[in-house]
Amino acid sequence: MLGQIAYALPFLAQGFAVTLWVSLLVVVLSLVAGVMMGVGLVYGPTPLRWVVRIFSDTIRGIPILVLIFFVYYGLPAIGIHLESFWAAVLALTLFKTAQVIEYLRGAVGSIPKGQSEAAMAIGLTFRQRLAYVIFPQAFRRFLPPWINGVTDAVKGSALVSLLGITDLMHAINQVIGRTYEAMPLYILGAVIYFAVNYALSLASRRLERRFSFIRE
Amino acid sequence: MGYALNFNLIWRHFDKLWGGLLLSLELAVISIAIGIVIGLVLAVWYVSAGRVVRSIIAAYVEFIRNVPLILLVYLVFYGLPTVVDLAYSAQTSFVATLSLYSGAYLVEVFRSGLEAVPRGQIDAGKAIGLTPWQRLLHVRLPTMLRITLPALSNTFISLFKDTSVASVISVPELTYGAQWINFNTFRIVEVYLVVTAMYLLTGYALLYALRLVERRFRAAH
Repeated sequence: MLGQIAYALPFLAQGFAVTLWVSLLVVVLSLVAGVMMGVGLVYGPTPLRWVVRIFSDTIRGIPILVLIFFVYYGLPAIGIHLESFWAAVLALTLFKTAQVIEYLRGAVGSIPKGQSEAAMAIGLTFRQRLAYVIFPQAFRRFLPPWINGVTDAVKGSALVSLLGITDLMHAINQVIGRTYEAMPLYILGAVIYFAVNYALSLASRRLERRFSFIRE
Repeated sequence: MGYALNFNLIWRHFDKLWGGLLLSLELAVISIAIGIVIGLVLAVWYVSAGRVVRSIIAAYVEFIRNVPLILLVYLVFYGLPTVVDLAYSAQTSFVATLSLYSGAYLVEVFRSGLEAVPRGQIDAGKAIGLTPWQRLLHVRLPTMLRITLPALSNTFISLFKDTSVASVISVPELTYGAQWINFNTFRIVEVYLVVTAMYLLTGYALLYALRLVERRFRAAH
């Protein structure tokens, strides 16, 4: 039994690399999209606010699995052909973007209005106000929940196995298909996911403590 | 693009979706109910326990929260029967998994609520001669519930959405119904539009109902 599992380890490692790659892509892409849309939600003109609000509330209101199937099966139906890997990344990114929008809204919203007004009074432009006054202060509110949310991206990435992408979850199921050693392999998989996510949540807790001393 | 929407086939098979939604709700309600019991018992135990019990409860919570739900679902349905002599249906298996899963999240919610109960209230309970059980039942739990209700609502909605993972072990809930129609009629965009609307409407209806409960609760105190 152990021999069979040891034999499968390189294959599992490849799957794990795909899990990390998907998670990294989703985290980076959603950070960019989410911060831009979040700024749109807080400072944008009313129509833009509505669009972002509806986007965020719709995405966060449906199961991530439904979103994955919708993107994967739905896009080819309307003539957009994406590789299954990119369809999965797109779906997970949409989901995570909606979360990032809410983290940003919460972080920026926690900055007292006087800060913005003071920045305006000394003649800073909108970009300068964001870059020098709002974002540096909002950053410490944004970071802990965001890092904590990275664990959601890693956990969510396990769903891409349903599209036949050989991530860690799919690799485990394939090895079980060959060896019939279901329990040891699922436990091994759980331990790997746990190690990554627990490290991330410890980091987030440490950051939170690090930033807590300046809390008003 | 050139894709013409046609909902006729969706309505013809709508019983799959409607029955699926009812099953999703049933799975969520049963699992959350069991999860609340697990969460309450462990949270109350945690705040008064010694180091060993605390670390065992924390290990359970941290393990569940850091592993993908889909892996836990597979582990309980495909893995567990290979090492213990138990036979159970996919549905039972999923309810057991989601109960353990929701229990872990609810321990955290209840624990932080219990720790936020003002010290003065507990002392006041002592001062008027309540026993520890009476203090728990009449002072700490009601206050804890009021503090945690908003977080509880969010957890419930999120657990309702998590029932979609049951489709991977062929439990015929809403997402499974959607896939069935997807594969059998190929009205792909239509079925996911309808299912999205169904999840959204149900989710927001639940949220609205829970907000009403919150408001009543706050008014009553």
